[in-house]
Amino acid sequence: MKISFNSIKVRFFRSLITTLTLTLAIAFVAYIRSGYELLNAIWTHADLSLQERILAGGYEAVDGRFGTSPKDTWLAILSLIVCVVGIVNAQLMAVTERFREIGTFKCLGALNSFVVRIFLVEAFYQGLLGGLSGSVVGIVVSTVSIAWKVGWPAFRWWPFTGMLLTLGWGLFMAASLSLLGVIYPALVAARMQPAVALRTEQ
Amino acid sequence: MDREIVHNVVRLSEVTKVFKMGGLQVEALKGIDFAIKAGEYLSIMGPSGSGKSTLFNMIGALDKPTTGRVFIDEVDVAQLDAYELAWLRCRKIGYIFQTFNLIQVMTAIENVTLPMIFAGMSRDEYLEKGMELLRLVGLAERYHHKPSELSGGQQQRVAVARALANDPAIILADEPTGNLDLTTGEEIISLLKQLSTERKVTIISATHDIKMLNVSDRVVWIRDGRIDRVEERAKLKISVGEVV
Ligand SMILES: Nc1ncnc2c1ncn2[C@@H]1O[C@H](COP(=O)(O)OP(=O)(O)OP(=O)(O)O)[C@@H](O)[C@H]1O
Ligand SMILES: [Mg+2]
Repeated sequence: MKISFNSIKVRFFRSLITTLTLTLAIAFVAYIRSGYELLNAIWTHADLSLQERILAGGYEAVDGRFGTSPKDTWLAILSLIVCVVGIVNAQLMAVTERFREIGTFKCLGALNSFVVRIFLVEAFYQGLLGGLSGSVVGIVVSTVSIAWKVGWPAFRWWPFTGMLLTLGWGLFMAASLSLLGVIYPALVAARMQPAVALRTEQ
Repeated sequence: MDREIVHNVVRLSEVTKVFKMGGLQVEALKGIDFAIKAGEYLSIMGPSGSGKSTLFNMIGALDKPTTGRVFIDEVDVAQLDAYELAWLRCRKIGYIFQTFNLIQVMTAIENVTLPMIFAGMSRDEYLEKGMELLRLVGLAERYHHKPSELSGGQQQRVAVARALANDPAIILADEPTGNLDLTTGEEIISLLKQLSTERKVTIISATHDIKMLNVSDRVVWIRDGRIDRVEERAKLKISVGEVV
């Protein structure tokens, strides 16, 4: 565990890119989700003039509820797919950079499963970090943009539990995506013959 | 006569290795047949590209031969599963490389203890043993330094300590002095010699370094993927003497 933590620290820049990919994707999805949470929370407390202001702000309610439209769903799925592709790409490069290290681990008696585990643990940390920052960014942006249109009720009825759920959901999504993205590169790395891995230039 | 004492730690039987690169085939090894006795200090000599590193990888079970068999302690390496292979690399063989191959993100002591962690030792045990090994190579006070903060010779000594972590029966060294200057190279060589005489470790070392010849029990000359000749220590002294 300490090994993976160390290597995140050292390869900070590369990890940052992977994490940033996650942050952006999760921020987008969390923005949509937390926006509806907030609107629903305000709506139940809103008088007529406030309701009008919300609708004038360009938000559409269906049966007095705000929810994701098919368009939103597609955008969200698309952004998550782009995110996974980005992660696979970044992780493949990260793995290539570390062939020699992997070869050394194997010479010292590491099993393939150990190599896979290192990458999974790292990806998990990156996922949590990306999920946390992404959710926070998404929630802040949606809150600010709604507050801009409807004023202070946005803060007064701010749905704390709903937002917490969005955050937890963001963390979960990010960790899953990150793990999904790293599985293939990790398997590639683990299956190499040590001699082949050691031959690569650093 | 003394059959019991001289059992073969490593035996190669008609080992060949062919690398395919696109349409091109490179025969790196063209049938290597020989045995290494326990406790021997063996040097593998030969010009660049003669197949030393390839042979090193075969002996160390780091790569599979194209044909032929490699036996370690009379066990065919090809018969081992992934778990047994990892066990072999972890406990039986210590590797030293020309490029040191320390893990850059870990300190000296972490590098040395890594094989012991893989071997499943307890924390107290491996820390104590790790420090003992660093003391042996004269780097005890630098235990907390990363490889990037150590000189080449010091890095190689950390690598030697790491190779000794699980008391291997065999130490495999591929040009251990290749990246070092004369004096640090000599230090590493005498360290290896000391291990060979004191601990009865079998040392197999590929090298360009003529200094290695003086400490070797036997020298195998490789040329073009074949064994050119094998020289015993006694005979060697004479021929080296003649050259000088
Ligand atoms: N992975 C590989 N793919 C293709 N060819 C290879 C590979 N490894 C080695 N060779 C070829 O096999 C031959 C022997 O290489 P090897 O590395 O064993 O030589 P060497 O004796 O260790 O040389 P040096 O002293 O320069 O280290 C060379 O012709 C080399 O080009
Ligand atoms: Mg070589």
